[in-house]
Amino acid sequence: MKTLVWVEHDGKAVKDATLAVVTAAAKLGEVHLLVAGSGVDAVAKEAAQIAGVGKVHVADNAAFDHNLPENVAPLVAELMGHHDAFLAPATTTGKNIAPRVAALLDVMQISEILSVEGPKTFTRPIYAGNAIATVESSDAKLVLTVRGTAFDKAAMTGGSGTVETVGAGSDAGISSFVGAEIAKSERPELTSAKIIVSGGRALGSSEKYQEVIVPLADKLNAALGASRAAVDAGYVPNDYQVGQTGKIVAPQVYFAIGISGAIQHLAGMKDSKTIVAINKDEDAPIFQVADFGLVADLFNAVPELTGKI
Amino acid sequence: MKILVPVKRVLDYNVKPRVKSDGTGVDLANVKMSMNPFDEIGVEEAIRLKEKGVATEIVAISVGPAKAQETLRTALAMGADRAILVQTDDDVEPLALAKIFKAIADTEAPGLVILGKQAIDGDNNQTGQMLAALTGWAQGTFASAVNVEGDHVAVTREVDGGLETVKLKLPAIVTTDLRLNEPRYASLPNIMKAKSKPLDTKTPADYGVDTTPRVKTVKVSEPPVRSAGVKVADVDELVAKLKAMGVHS
Repeated sequence: MKTLVWVEHDGKAVKDATLAVVTAAAKLGEVHLLVAGSGVDAVAKEAAQIAGVGKVHVADNAAFDHNLPENVAPLVAELMGHHDAFLAPATTTGKNIAPRVAALLDVMQISEILSVEGPKTFTRPIYAGNAIATVESSDAKLVLTVRGTAFDKAAMTGGSGTVETVGAGSDAGISSFVGAEIAKSERPELTSAKIIVSGGRALGSSEKYQEVIVPLADKLNAALGASRAAVDAGYVPNDYQVGQTGKIVAPQVYFAIGISGAIQHLAGMKDSKTIVAINKDEDAPIFQVADFGLVADLFNAVPELTGKI
Repeated sequence: MKILVPVKRVLDYNVKPRVKSDGTGVDLANVKMSMNPFDEIGVEEAIRLKEKGVATEIVAISVGPAKAQETLRTALAMGADRAILVQTDDDVEPLALAKIFKAIADTEAPGLVILGKQAIDGDNNQTGQMLAALTGWAQGTFASAVNVEGDHVAVTREVDGGLETVKLKLPAIVTTDLRLNEPRYASLPNIMKAKSKPLDTKTPADYGVDTTPRVKTVKVSEPPVRSAGVKVADVDELVAKLKAMGVHS
C-alpha cells in the first residue's frame, strides 16, 4: 500500500505532530510525504530525513500557505490518484483538511485512529473516549486522521527520502487568510511537552493562575495547560485547553491542579504516564486516575512544591 | 440570506455512555437524548445573525429517527423558522449526511450552513468539511466568531496555537466551536409556538442518497481503565516521589 502523509509545518520546520503519523502510515505500507506551501525547500529536506520515508512530494505555491483547505484539498485529492491512503495528524489543521479530501474522493474518513489493526481496520475513540470502536473501511482508498499520542514518534533522522516537485496547484479564490493570534512562547508545545502543569477553575482568577501555576511550570520547564472550566472563565486563552474538545496530551508527568476531573478533561489527559493531582476535595474524580494525589489547598501546596522541587 | 442549521439527536452530554455487553455499541435504550451541544451553538449563531438583520430565514434539518422531530422542535423553539426531518432509522455516516445536506442546499440556496464541529457520539468532525467539498464552498471550521461583511464572512477559528481568522466568499460553511456563543433556553411561549411551525418529513431516498455504511463497526469496547494510585500525605512526600522519578528542576 502507498500512503501519503500530510506534513504539518510552520514554513521553516516539520512539526512534531507529523512524526506519529509517519509511524501509523508505516504500519500500512510505503510512506510518502506531502509538503505544501511557498518556499518550503528547507521543510522538504528536513522531512526527507525522517526515518522510513520514501518520497517527499513538494507543492510550492503561495496558495497553500496557511493550509487553506479550499486550495489544499484538491491538490491532495489529485495526488491520491496514485496513493492508497491519506493520513493527517488529528490537529486542527488535519481535521480541517482531511474530511474535505475524503469527500472529494467519495470516501468515508476514519477519524483519530488509535491503532492499526489490519490493512483496513482501526480503533478509534467515540463518546469522548468513553468507548473504543474497532472499525473496518470498505472504501477503495483510505483517509485517516491520527491521534498523535497513540503512536510513537518516528525519528527525525535516518531517512533518505527523495524530494520530488508536484503540480503547481491553484488558488480556488473563495477563501483567504486574514491573520492569526498565535501565542509565542519559549515553553515546550502542549502536545509534545514531557511535563504539563494544568490549572482548573479552583484557581479563581487569571492572576492566581499566573501566580500559582506558572512558577511551577517555569521551574520544571513544563508546558501550561488548563481545564475547559478555566478557559471558559477566561483565566487563560483557548489554546491551553486540555480535554476532548481541546488538546489530547500524554506527557511523562501531568499535574492537574485545582481540576476536579470532568469526563471531558480526563479524555484529554488520561494517557499521561504519571498523573499528579492536587485538589482540596478528596472526592474529586481526578483522584481516581491520579498516580499521586495530594488532598490540600492548592494555594499553599503548589508554592511549597515549587519551592522544594 | 437563508441559513441552514443541521442538528443531531444524541445521547445527552450529562449521561455517562455505557458500552453494551455484547460489544455492538453504546446503550441508547431509555436514556435521555438531546440536541448535540455544538449544533445548539449553531442554531444560536443563526438566530443571532437573524436578530442582527443579516439572516432572513433559518431552516433546521435533522437526519434521524422519527424522534429527531423533538430535536427539530427544540431548534424551532429557540428561533428557527421551519424544519426538515430526513427520516431514517439507519445510523447515517458523515459522507452520506453531507450528500443529503448538499441536495437540500441545492434547492434551498442558503448563504450559510452552520453545523456543529462534531457530534458528541461519533466524534467524527467531518460533516461540515465534507459538505464544503461537495458544494465547492469555502469552510470556516471550529469558529469562535462569525461576522458577515457584504458578500463575505470573516470566521475566527480556534486552532492549535491560538486563533486564526479567514475570509470566505458566500455562500459558505461554518462549523462551531464551544466559545462561539452561549445558546439560549427556549421560553415556554416559544415552545408552544414551535409546535405550529412547519416541519417537512422526507427520506434519504427523496434526495437520491444511499446511506449504506462504508465503515463497518466490528466491535465497541470499554476503554482501558486507569487505576487510582496513592494519596501522599504532604508536599514533602510528593516531592520525594517526583524526585524518585527524576522530576525536579
